[in-house]
Amino acid sequence: MTYIVKPKNHHPLLEKNELGLTRRDYEGAVSTLCAGCGHDSISSAIVEACFQLSIESYKVAKLSGIGCSSKAPAYFLNQSHGFNSVHGRMPSIATGAAMANHELLYLGISGDGDSASIGIGQFIHCARRQLNMTYIVENNGTYGLTKGQFSATNDLESKSKYGDDNLFPSIDLPSMAIQLGASFVARSFSGDKEQLVPLLKAALSHKGFSFLDIISPCVTFNNHNTSTKSYDYIREHNDALSRPDFVPSGKEILTDYPKGSTVDVPLHDGSLLSLEKISENYDPADKIKAIQNIQESQRDGKVLTGLLYADPEAKDLKEILNVSDKPLNEMDLNDLCPGSEKLKDINSGLK
Amino acid sequence: MSNADTRYLFKRYNTWWVKVAVPKTLREELGYDLRRSLQTHDLDKAQELRWQVVEQLKAKIDQAKSQESLNLFSVPEQTVTQHVPPTDTANPQYYHKVVECQHACPAHTPVPEYIRQISQGNYNEAYMLNWESNVFPGILGRTCDRPCEPACRRTRTHEKAVAICRLKRVTYDHKDDISNLLPTPEISNGKTVGLIGGGPASLTVARDLVMMGYQCTLFERDPQAGGLMRTNIPSFRLPEEVLNEEVDQVLNLGIETVFNSEIKSMKEFLEKDFDAVFVGTGAPKGRDINIEGREAADKNIHIGIDWLTSIAFEHTKSVGKKVIVLGGGNTAMDCCRTAIRLGAEEVKVAVRSPFDQMKASEWEIEDALGEGIPILDNHVPKRFLIKDEKLVGMEFEKVEAVFDEEGKRSLVPTGEDPIILECDDVLVAIGQDNAFEWIERDIGIEFGEWDMPIVDKVTFQSSNEKIFFGGDAAWGPENIIWAAAHGHQAAISIDKFCKSLDLYDRPEPTTTLISQKMGVHEWSYNNDISQAKRFLVPHADQKNALKDLKMEVELGFDEITALEEAERCLNCDIQTVFSEDLCIECDACVDICPTDCISFVHNDSEENLRNKLRIPAINLNQQILVSEELEQTSRVMVKDEDVCLHCGLCAERCPTGAWDMQNFLYQEAKVYS
Repeated sequence: MTYIVKPKNHHPLLEKNELGLTRRDYEGAVSTLCAGCGHDSISSAIVEACFQLSIESYKVAKLSGIGCSSKAPAYFLNQSHGFNSVHGRMPSIATGAAMANHELLYLGISGDGDSASIGIGQFIHCARRQLNMTYIVENNGTYGLTKGQFSATNDLESKSKYGDDNLFPSIDLPSMAIQLGASFVARSFSGDKEQLVPLLKAALSHKGFSFLDIISPCVTFNNHNTSTKSYDYIREHNDALSRPDFVPSGKEILTDYPKGSTVDVPLHDGSLLSLEKISENYDPADKIKAIQNIQESQRDGKVLTGLLYADPEAKDLKEILNVSDKPLNEMDLNDLCPGSEKLKDINSGLK
Repeated sequence: MSNADTRYLFKRYNTWWVKVAVPKTLREELGYDLRRSLQTHDLDKAQELRWQVVEQLKAKIDQAKSQESLNLFSVPEQTVTQHVPPTDTANPQYYHKVVECQHACPAHTPVPEYIRQISQGNYNEAYMLNWESNVFPGILGRTCDRPCEPACRRTRTHEKAVAICRLKRVTYDHKDDISNLLPTPEISNGKTVGLIGGGPASLTVARDLVMMGYQCTLFERDPQAGGLMRTNIPSFRLPEEVLNEEVDQVLNLGIETVFNSEIKSMKEFLEKDFDAVFVGTGAPKGRDINIEGREAADKNIHIGIDWLTSIAFEHTKSVGKKVIVLGGGNTAMDCCRTAIRLGAEEVKVAVRSPFDQMKASEWEIEDALGEGIPILDNHVPKRFLIKDEKLVGMEFEKVEAVFDEEGKRSLVPTGEDPIILECDDVLVAIGQDNAFEWIERDIGIEFGEWDMPIVDKVTFQSSNEKIFFGGDAAWGPENIIWAAAHGHQAAISIDKFCKSLDLYDRPEPTTTLISQKMGVHEWSYNNDISQAKRFLVPHADQKNALKDLKMEVELGFDEITALEEAERCLNCDIQTVFSEDLCIECDACVDICPTDCISFVHNDSEENLRNKLRIPAINLNQQILVSEELEQTSRVMVKDEDVCLHCGLCAERCPTGAWDMQNFLYQEAKVYS
């Protein structure tokens, strides 16, 4: 909790984007989360990504459930639409909203409690249905809001701040997401913006369900020596697959990595995610290899990060359902409810 | 505490560290010593944790030793990349430079500290802080050239500087009787110092030395002390009672005065046998102009500073109806405004240079223009026009400024018709010079260029070891604040000289660095950044002011405005102190900093480092704070001091207290403490 008002003054040389806005224009209220919370870094990465993509804030809908993570949308994009839903029910609200108006950019912020426990059913079906949204799990492995109990993503061998053993294995959300058909799956770390910001930009530019599992240390309840989601543990065990570089549509690729050492993922809007391979065995287009990489790295006690899997060509929910191009919220009553005569016609056509 | 066992331990900011020296042979590889933080504030705990860490570090040294003997014949690898070493914030000049107003002030007045005292209503304390540093807060609060204001960080974050000078005046205007706060001089030490000239430099030397028990005798040409502050600054800018109060405040400390006694021979003066002599005679000779008609019109041509002096002592009480002032400096501005008050109906200032290159302070030009006095620029005086043996006008040539490739300026005639201006009197304010005819050339004082004595820049000593110079007498015309700064330094030298100590062994400034954290979210300074614009000082009604030579034009801030102006200060002396050993690299400070001052990057050469920050640190006048390498990622924390608002959000958002806001008070060394 911070009581100092953040001064509106900014650096005189602060950059402006294509809309003439500075990064500061994408901020929200000053965070009320604990000082040093990873979630604040993620908020700041989202601000940076939206600034760099020149996104118009009013074309974004921020959706969340309950938890520390779900408070975070208040701390970025204060000119966007927002909905703070019931615990674990963010995917339903997002689905409804996207069905009514598919022209907004849907950004769901959830946590490990919200998505891996109470809302896991919602998460599964949202991924399975390929809803066109960016789904972020701010994963700290603990229930911070209720004083530090283990969450479902906490690793088996780790201990609580008070010394209790975690008796159950963890749920690996990226593996699930890949298996369920999500078309863009990545894992990153709140303390590594060089990796996180390009991945966020690519996720926001991807058409379809993009899922980001972001390890986000809880400084208050899960940043101790026996935690596997602390700042130093993640830094020590981070096993990055690649170094991502987001190339906006129409821009030249400026990285000069040696040939064969990069993998390019072209995105729907003409932009490109250029990835410098770190692991030799890396192919983000190969679903099976992706899951294998995750499993192997888990076995070796490492935390695999980077773009795990992407299928830029996959269909999204709108295409699968063949919904009209005109958003439902723009149709008038006659279009939405054509009347009993029309119903008769339809029914007779089915006889 | 003093008996505590601190073997291998040292304290860096708040936490205890272990340090183990590295043997000479391994220094290239491991550095001078190995250090590790114990991450505790508590000495008892540090003593307990110490031995294990010492053992580990010693093991590392042993390992390197055995490695060394193996590699004895191999060639060591050359490291090419230059890295910026961690900033040495223990050097008082690092944080001093962050407090730019104080750094820019020749006397290093602790500006933010006295402004904070003003906002707490402690005018007496604020006044005394000033009095310690610059001796004449009431005078300087009205007349200072304000080198602090262009340096103010607000000029880079919010356009206009804090009205520092006018806040200094507030400390004078709103203080109570401070006589009991003035220190008592020490008992006489038997040494005598003779001071020639009664201006700000001499008065400062006298004040500093009388405190140490020196017997000071001040010799002044005029009937009262004050020097140019009395003779050259008109009383509508500096009322006599302010001047008298602050001059007497010094003299009453026990300084003997001899007025109306112009020293005409240094040789004779030395016969008085003072232990040391200080020359603070200023630059008393106004420059004359030698053009056609000068002699014939002599009766109506006056040298600016002499004219102002004769008005100060009420020898001159009137001036002609039409007056031309020659010159573009502050004296010219004082002359033209004085002429109007003496009843002149038409006053014009003619200056050779273009308007934007005039020497006068911006605000003095504004005040003159505000009183309806036209300033004619690019006017080079050609001759005085005489009719019936009386001055009737002046002829000017129009010029324009042309710069050559090296940036050197020359004034080239435009070829327009000459300009004739009518006048009854002309005031010449085109500069002033020193005058040392009274110093014989065979008494051991060497003279150099421009017939100026050779004075040591550090010690203010002349080549006659007993004689010291300061103020305008040392290196030509400057401002009052410089005279005060010179005075402090000369006093230090005189004290050392009288004690037969090394004059070059200058005393260190005293500094304190104290945490401002009071509670979880409480800081003992106001960190709410005011968005108010600079407040203007109210002026007296112009109609009345122009009729009265003694009526002060500027009225000074009232208490409420002073408070609001004081709130504009960014508290640059509340330093952002970083302890790398506590940092967990969570990025909270990077994310929250409103002006993007903080970056975590891999170390590099200074140029590269400056370029790869969140916003490149291109202002090379500003320092960067570089930490030691951090434990988790081997990066370093780099903070660009340029536009830091000192809001404290970094410290507020830091979960481990690696950032702290600490009050840095820098006090320039003076001869007495």
